[in-house]
Amino acid sequence: MNWLLDYVRPKLSVAKTEKDVPDNLWDKCPQCDAMVYGQELAKNLYVCPHCGYHLYLRPRKRLNMLFDNGEYTYLETPQVKEDPLNFRDTKDYRTKLRSAREKTKFDDAFVAAYGKMGGHGVVIGVMNFNFIGGSMGVAVGEGIVRAAQFAVEHHMPLILVTASGGARMQEGILSLMQMARTTLAIKLLKDQHLPYIAVLTNPTTGGVSASFAMLGDITIAEPDALIAFAGARVIKETIKADLPVGFQKAEYLKKHGMVDMIVNRKELREKLICLLNLLGNAFVRGE
Amino acid sequence: MADKTIYLDFEEPIYKLDSKIQELKSCCDDKLAKDFNKEIANLEKKTKRLLEETYAKLTPWQKVCVARHANRPHTIDYINALVDNFMPMAGDKLFGDDEAIIGGLGFFKGQSVMILGHEKGHDLESRIRHGFGMAKPEGYRKAKRLMELANHFGLPIISLVDTAGAFPGIEGEERGQAEAIASCIMEGFKLEVPYIAVVIGEGGSGGAIAIASANRILMLEHSIYSVISPEGCASILWRDGAAVKKAATALHLTAQDLYKFGVIDEIIAEPLGGAHRFREETIRRTGDVIWRHLAELKKMSSEELAKNRENKFLAMTRLELK
Repeated sequence: MNWLLDYVRPKLSVAKTEKDVPDNLWDKCPQCDAMVYGQELAKNLYVCPHCGYHLYLRPRKRLNMLFDNGEYTYLETPQVKEDPLNFRDTKDYRTKLRSAREKTKFDDAFVAAYGKMGGHGVVIGVMNFNFIGGSMGVAVGEGIVRAAQFAVEHHMPLILVTASGGARMQEGILSLMQMARTTLAIKLLKDQHLPYIAVLTNPTTGGVSASFAMLGDITIAEPDALIAFAGARVIKETIKADLPVGFQKAEYLKKHGMVDMIVNRKELREKLICLLNLLGNAFVRGE
Repeated sequence: MADKTIYLDFEEPIYKLDSKIQELKSCCDDKLAKDFNKEIANLEKKTKRLLEETYAKLTPWQKVCVARHANRPHTIDYINALVDNFMPMAGDKLFGDDEAIIGGLGFFKGQSVMILGHEKGHDLESRIRHGFGMAKPEGYRKAKRLMELANHFGLPIISLVDTAGAFPGIEGEERGQAEAIASCIMEGFKLEVPYIAVVIGEGGSGGAIAIASANRILMLEHSIYSVISPEGCASILWRDGAAVKKAATALHLTAQDLYKFGVIDEIIAEPLGGAHRFREETIRRTGDVIWRHLAELKKMSSEELAKNRENKFLAMTRLELK
């Protein structure tokens, strides 16, 4: 039994090739301040051609970039109860949700799709940082559980691309429970010996880092990505001292043994395919 | 007990009555004793009623204060009272020993168990030694190690949650705080033994859930369990540190809220006036409730126990849409 040979072939009829609005504008690299023409930036997968800084890559673009020929099918996730706490701070949570939906055209901060990558059937989930800071509430947790269950049902590996400020405070304890639920989701894959690869992008913090993000069989990080449990500001306030240079950056985490490899976005697809090839090639006993 | 009690802000009327009682008790000579006794009895009745009224309708913020009360029984008190032949165990066998989480083997009502939990300490010296109950990665890795050990020998696990949250600091980040917490949650799901978590005071975010991916999750009546502290939430969402009361209410962090959401299985009633006033009674009650749940879980096979945890957490937070 091998997930590589044994998965149920997904229907790819609904594969979406969505055209993004042409980026005719100039963008400024937040790292080196260079002005880059929008189309050039898009062609370069939102990596600054001058300094190599990895800008945020939106979920659709991420999926297009990872799947073979940019072809994939979105996974439907179950609907969840909206605003379960009736949460209201200076603004009410429902309003925040509505404007995030208008802005991103996504229901919540996570989307998953299945398709092929290097010929392998694979489920890829991506967090949407533009949706309330990619925070994890019930909808995100449910999406990850669904993605994992689908991967198990169809015998596919799972790749999750993270970008999140942490748990979604407005959903209180229900958001905290998603740390346990997403961890459980990963266990469902592990039980079946299906690979789970975590791709940590800028930023991956709080409750997301302290659950599924740090449980990959293989953990990849994009260069310079902020990956943290506690926020730098909180730590600085607690210890009342300056933080080390490069603190909580991908390179720092690698140095401290927390990620396997740092991969440039341009090489990400290729590296992931290579890993799937390797992981799916278990030896045959006796040979 | 009253003279040692630390009173919370909202307990001022109770404090006044208690001091009056103390005053009468201390100045009473034999001659006046008869009159005073009557007065004392009256005042005590009044105090009891006041306590009853106050504790029946604690606001969420008041519950936060009660949950953090310095006299509230801590993990070490539960272990001392409930566990015989306690064998404390130390270290993660990787880096060091973090006493923010303590634990070990012992007999609980005759059943050998692994008991572990956050320990905040009770005075300055012990608070420092226990890192104020805020565990570092080595603390969570110790917890994970103790769980693995219990699992290996088929022993039930009792975990007591009482933390403001995981330690936020450079060394924590350096040694993989996020990974340590995630792996500890994961370990809970792997267990083939009964695993019961009890929030005895403060259930602070990731630092709390690390040792609470259990078959049964219980909470003391005036304990809290939250994704973020009211202080943190107030400063981020209200941009106003003083908005803690609003934040405490908005977060729905009381045991009663969590029970309503189906996140916890049972609320353990505290004696009137809170666990910090009646420590022994609280611990005894908690022990009895744990024992009852343990008896139920002991009927399940290893597979059933793991499946029970899986189903519990898969169903959790799936609220009715309407």
